[in-house]
Amino acid sequence: MTTKNVDKTGVGKPDSRDYTKKRSQLKLIMYRFSKNRLAVLGLCILCVLALCAIFADVIADYQTMAIKQNIMNKLQPPSAEHWLGTDQYGRDIFARIIHGARISLTMGIGTVLTSLTIGSIFGALAGYYGGKVDNIIMRIMDVFLAIPNMLMAVTIVGALGGGLVNLLIAMSISSIPRFSRVIRSSILSVRDMDYIEAARACGTKDSRIIYKHVLPNAIGPIIVNATLSLANTILSISGMSFIGLGIEKPMPEWGSMLSEGRAQMRYHPNLVIFPGIAIALAVLGLNLVGDGLRDALDPKLKN
Amino acid sequence: MARYVFKRILMMIPVLLGISFIIFAILSFSPGDPVMMMLGDNPDPQAYAELTRELGLDKPFFVQYFNYIASALKGNFGKSWITKIPVFDEILARFPTTFYITVGAICLKVLIGVPIGVISAVKQYSIVDNVGMVLTLIFASMPTFWLGLILILVFSLYLGVLPAVGAESWQNFVLPCVTLAIGSAATLVRMTRSTMLEVIRQDYIRTARAKGASERVVIYKHALRNALLPVITIVGLNFGVMLGGTMVIESLFAMPGLGTNTITAIRMKDRPMVMASVLYVAFLAGVINLLVDLAYAYVDPRVKAQYLRK
Repeated sequence: MTTKNVDKTGVGKPDSRDYTKKRSQLKLIMYRFSKNRLAVLGLCILCVLALCAIFADVIADYQTMAIKQNIMNKLQPPSAEHWLGTDQYGRDIFARIIHGARISLTMGIGTVLTSLTIGSIFGALAGYYGGKVDNIIMRIMDVFLAIPNMLMAVTIVGALGGGLVNLLIAMSISSIPRFSRVIRSSILSVRDMDYIEAARACGTKDSRIIYKHVLPNAIGPIIVNATLSLANTILSISGMSFIGLGIEKPMPEWGSMLSEGRAQMRYHPNLVIFPGIAIALAVLGLNLVGDGLRDALDPKLKN
Repeated sequence: MARYVFKRILMMIPVLLGISFIIFAILSFSPGDPVMMMLGDNPDPQAYAELTRELGLDKPFFVQYFNYIASALKGNFGKSWITKIPVFDEILARFPTTFYITVGAICLKVLIGVPIGVISAVKQYSIVDNVGMVLTLIFASMPTFWLGLILILVFSLYLGVLPAVGAESWQNFVLPCVTLAIGSAATLVRMTRSTMLEVIRQDYIRTARAKGASERVVIYKHALRNALLPVITIVGLNFGVMLGGTMVIESLFAMPGLGTNTITAIRMKDRPMVMASVLYVAFLAGVINLLVDLAYAYVDPRVKAQYLRK
């Protein structure tokens, strides 16, 4: 089976890596990840975006450049002063995109962390105890899963009203079921391993077994899913803002920049092109890293 | 088989009840007064009290919910609080638009996605495959509404060949379908490619080659048939998701479909309309999932045997 060891980057050549050399699991994963050119490219994109988000205030002042309206300066084409031009209120598009990165990334990460935490509690309980607990939790999750994600989020935001916190709640609730499913199934795959039985034989408490033995061994698919779901969340947040149900104006969110720029796009296409590229880059970076992590964590899955 | 279908339909009932409860609760406990929405900012107190009683909003939450379910079971989903039209008349009038967008997008998606996926897999690591994979990555990362905006910009505003908004003729449906199809076609390419690659390595493919079958017969008769099964399932399952996900596309192209209707209803706190829309979409998605499972069993004897055993 030489085909199994073929590497995407190696274009068909048999794998020359030495798997016999002793290395820690983590180093091996990092090594495999670093050999995947696309994944590294994704990581670079994400690093640049993250740096932009962290140093947004240093790059462009929030109040004067991203928020303050300056009608005299409206709809400027890209220039040395305004790299990507200005919008219909005279705000610098580059500054708004940089600050938008901050909003999208923090909202995305916040959503994923919230739904991951809650989802992993439900998923761990269902997977570890099985039987009745599993049945009750998963049937409730099935109900949530049967409502299309976007519909659920729109209903919650529509009912609670817009704003950062409500959007975060809506997005989290709609992605909890998916996380609990993933976590449940990866826990099921390790639950009956010998080392779990050994831990139980030592009299370890259930909560300790779940957190110390089960979760770390089931974490691979969870990390991959979290990365890919972060990409989806960023897409949904901008989609919600685009239809006017997300972040409130004048906050510089990528989706709402697109919907505001729409009226002017015929003569000023830069208003819609650049925010869209920002969303696509963030999502692309996360997808690449997610795929790369999946391949690095479980080389068997790879074609 | 009939027993299986019956069981699956029975299983939809608690799911739909659960959905109705969740959505009803969200709508009932959210801030904002629907009666104020209907009467304006400074309503006459008497009219206000009358309308509240008429809508049953003065009763406790659980009574309201049970009343709703009781009349829904009799097939009466109520009238819209805003337009006073029976909700299902409105939903059925708007459904075709959403349905055409979804079906058009799915057909396009399969027509684009499957052939490219197959070619990519058959010629793995060739230039076609590499270019295809990079392109699918890019298209899969694009937000659909942005792609839609760019398509409007090019085809409606610059070239003037296709209308940007509305739903009057078939031309109105071209851009929404293409927009919705491209992003998910990219995912489909990747899926087709990976299942195809898996199938190509199976023993029966080697046997087919060994007995001297031409490459075309091997690929189209032996490999593609087997690889298509999971692909069809995913496409079918996606149908339900797409029905609920046309909201952004409909509002981008200003089409009077189910999605835009639901958004308006949510904004206006029109509870009967929101409830009926969500339940309708969830019900359709459930039925479609069931049909996909049945079709799958029909095509694949291995799966059929599994169901018969149950």
